[in-house]
Amino acid sequence: MSAQTLSFIFVGLSFALYIGIAIWSRVGSTKEFYVAGGGVHPVVNGMATAADWMSAASFLSVAGILAFTGRDGAVYLVGWTGGYVLLALLLAPYLRKFGRFTVPEFIGDRYYSKLARVVAVICLIFISFTYIAGQMRGVGIVFSRFLEVEINTGVVIGMAIVFCYAVLGGMKGITYTQVAQYCVLIFAFMVPAIFMSIMWTDNPIPQFGLGDKLNDGSGLSVLQKLDQVTTELGFNTYTVGTRSTIDSLAIAAALMIGTAGLPHVIVRFFTVPKVSDARKSAGYALAFICIMYTTIPAVAAFSRLNLTESVNEVAYSEAPAWIEKWENTGLIAWKDKNGDGIMQYRPGHAFSPTKPIFTEARGTYGERVISNELTSSANEMYVDRDIMVMANPEIAQLPNWVIALVAAGAVAAALSTAAGLLLVISSSVAHDLMKRTFMPDISDKKELLFARLAAVVAIVIAGWFGINPPAFVAQVVAFAFGMAAASLFPPIVMGIFSKRINRSGAVAGMLIGLSSTLAYIIYFNFIAPEINNPEHWFLGISPTGIGTIGAVLNVIVAVIVSRLTPAPPAQVQDMIDDIRIPAGAGVAHEH
Amino acid sequence: MHQSADSKNKPENDGEIYHHDEAENLPPHSHHDEETLSEIDVQAYWRANIKVLVVLLSTWAFVSFGCGVLFSDWLDQFHIGGFPLGFWFTQQGTMLCFVAIIFIYHIWMKKIERAHGVDDDDDSVENNAANKTSTEAQS
Repeated sequence: MSAQTLSFIFVGLSFALYIGIAIWSRVGSTKEFYVAGGGVHPVVNGMATAADWMSAASFLSVAGILAFTGRDGAVYLVGWTGGYVLLALLLAPYLRKFGRFTVPEFIGDRYYSKLARVVAVICLIFISFTYIAGQMRGVGIVFSRFLEVEINTGVVIGMAIVFCYAVLGGMKGITYTQVAQYCVLIFAFMVPAIFMSIMWTDNPIPQFGLGDKLNDGSGLSVLQKLDQVTTELGFNTYTVGTRSTIDSLAIAAALMIGTAGLPHVIVRFFTVPKVSDARKSAGYALAFICIMYTTIPAVAAFSRLNLTESVNEVAYSEAPAWIEKWENTGLIAWKDKNGDGIMQYRPGHAFSPTKPIFTEARGTYGERVISNELTSSANEMYVDRDIMVMANPEIAQLPNWVIALVAAGAVAAALSTAAGLLLVISSSVAHDLMKRTFMPDISDKKELLFARLAAVVAIVIAGWFGINPPAFVAQVVAFAFGMAAASLFPPIVMGIFSKRINRSGAVAGMLIGLSSTLAYIIYFNFIAPEINNPEHWFLGISPTGIGTIGAVLNVIVAVIVSRLTPAPPAQVQDMIDDIRIPAGAGVAHEH
Repeated sequence: MHQSADSKNKPENDGEIYHHDEAENLPPHSHHDEETLSEIDVQAYWRANIKVLVVLLSTWAFVSFGCGVLFSDWLDQFHIGGFPLGFWFTQQGTMLCFVAIIFIYHIWMKKIERAHGVDDDDDSVENNAANKTSTEAQS
């Protein structure tokens, strides 16, 4: 059977599974809709958290980023995973003890202020929509590449599936579909990785294969070979970093604090039965994530070797079949600048703008003709970073079912994250805005109806973003993490560990943290992109890392303002005492 | 002292801004806190908790910012399983340490909580009962 037929079957089967879970896990109360009734086993929750957090970008793009940037790219791995330590040690157990439904709810109650709650809701909605736009687009892209349907059709199919299980099943439906999605995506990621590791080193464990010797008899290790190849062609040496230390530190810190402040990840820890389960569950979540994240560097290294070996100085007419296939989807482009019919792969952009603009015509060797202006670089190739994962099964000459598996895995990664984000948006709107702020008297049934309606509206908006992606999707990811770091994380942590931080301090801190971070990112990405370089950055910190400064400002302002204004009321201080003690968190599913 | 579910439902001075009006959503904490926990135990527990956090977060910072960034290059002179050590930390090592830190935290805290009598081991039994009582009271 062809890879495409198999892809349809695999993706179709996985969808049937998700919808089946949705029907089985229909919910009838807000408690089930928001936190799955609070009775999720810590291992199950760990697995769901892993799927929730690993997005289409994790599955498709991170290996590519690492493959092209080598050691510099690793700061993303450290940052994203390190955030779970902060989450487990500083947030998860206390928020579980608090025992409510949403992140703005904690901020609103702890700072006894509707304003704080509303500011938190706005931050949450902004962060979540930023993130979700990319996910819906991701679903569409996967569909178009593997199943050859229109991107927009793919987005609509994705919306329909998420609609089924998020609107019907709420957090409960999402939890169990995420478990299924984790299994699909980890299997889909590991199989090609293991085969590639065997192909290059005979070692079946990719993590060890990366440090092993090549099996070609040269006596070189994988890393030595990579360094040799990259240096010869004039790229940065693979195992040597080039980013400044201060920027590396700032980016790692911003991603860590940002990860710990992502609302859709935090709420997953509201679903376990006990406080100690929240800690344990964070450990399992990170362990499940690390199965994939420690494999990513190996995939990156092997695919970089593969790419260089099968592309550089190879005549186009003799190139492997996958080059033409991915050229047809627009992820690879070649312009024979020196007219020798051979592909030269070198540092620098081959043309301007960077992404190829294809014409209908075919060139001398059958390659697709592009209409971009050429640069003076000797490089003739455009290679999209996503190809590193998507083309792996073909590069490693694996059977068609593995290609189908990767398609199903990528869709699973995108859908699981989209669903988690939709849920925090709908619960914040229904619970924090309607129930807790504007219409405190509505019944549980009515609130549940609002939550479902909000989910529907959120899906439609997310789909709209997926079909009409804002031109700046790539840059806005920096927003999501920067905003989570600068706005949500500091007030939550200070709210738990200090009894002195009060309403005025928290609100002032959030507003300063948020506005300074936003201003910095907007300035360098949109107002003055031409000076977006280390010389002009504040202390040499890039917009990706500026969330760290935003968080520090948030804390400083919150402390100073709180010192100048009265301490929180006695009930709030009692509440803080209460969330610090694990005993008595309650088993929520007993209602 | 800890709030009981009842005191949370009373109107508060600040009531206009600080709502506690969803009786059915209140975490059923807990009569048993007040019966079994002394203030001294609670304070000792919190100090022990802070100590654990300081130790583990220092390790976390040392591994991620230290081994992962600051002296990563210096560590490259050593080798582990074919990797330069600093490079290994950036690609795999830090992540493995993070997982270890969280599980150590879990086990360590469990021990401290049992010692101070604030653990949640018996929560399922205790609160099923508490929950039932509060549901009955409402209806």
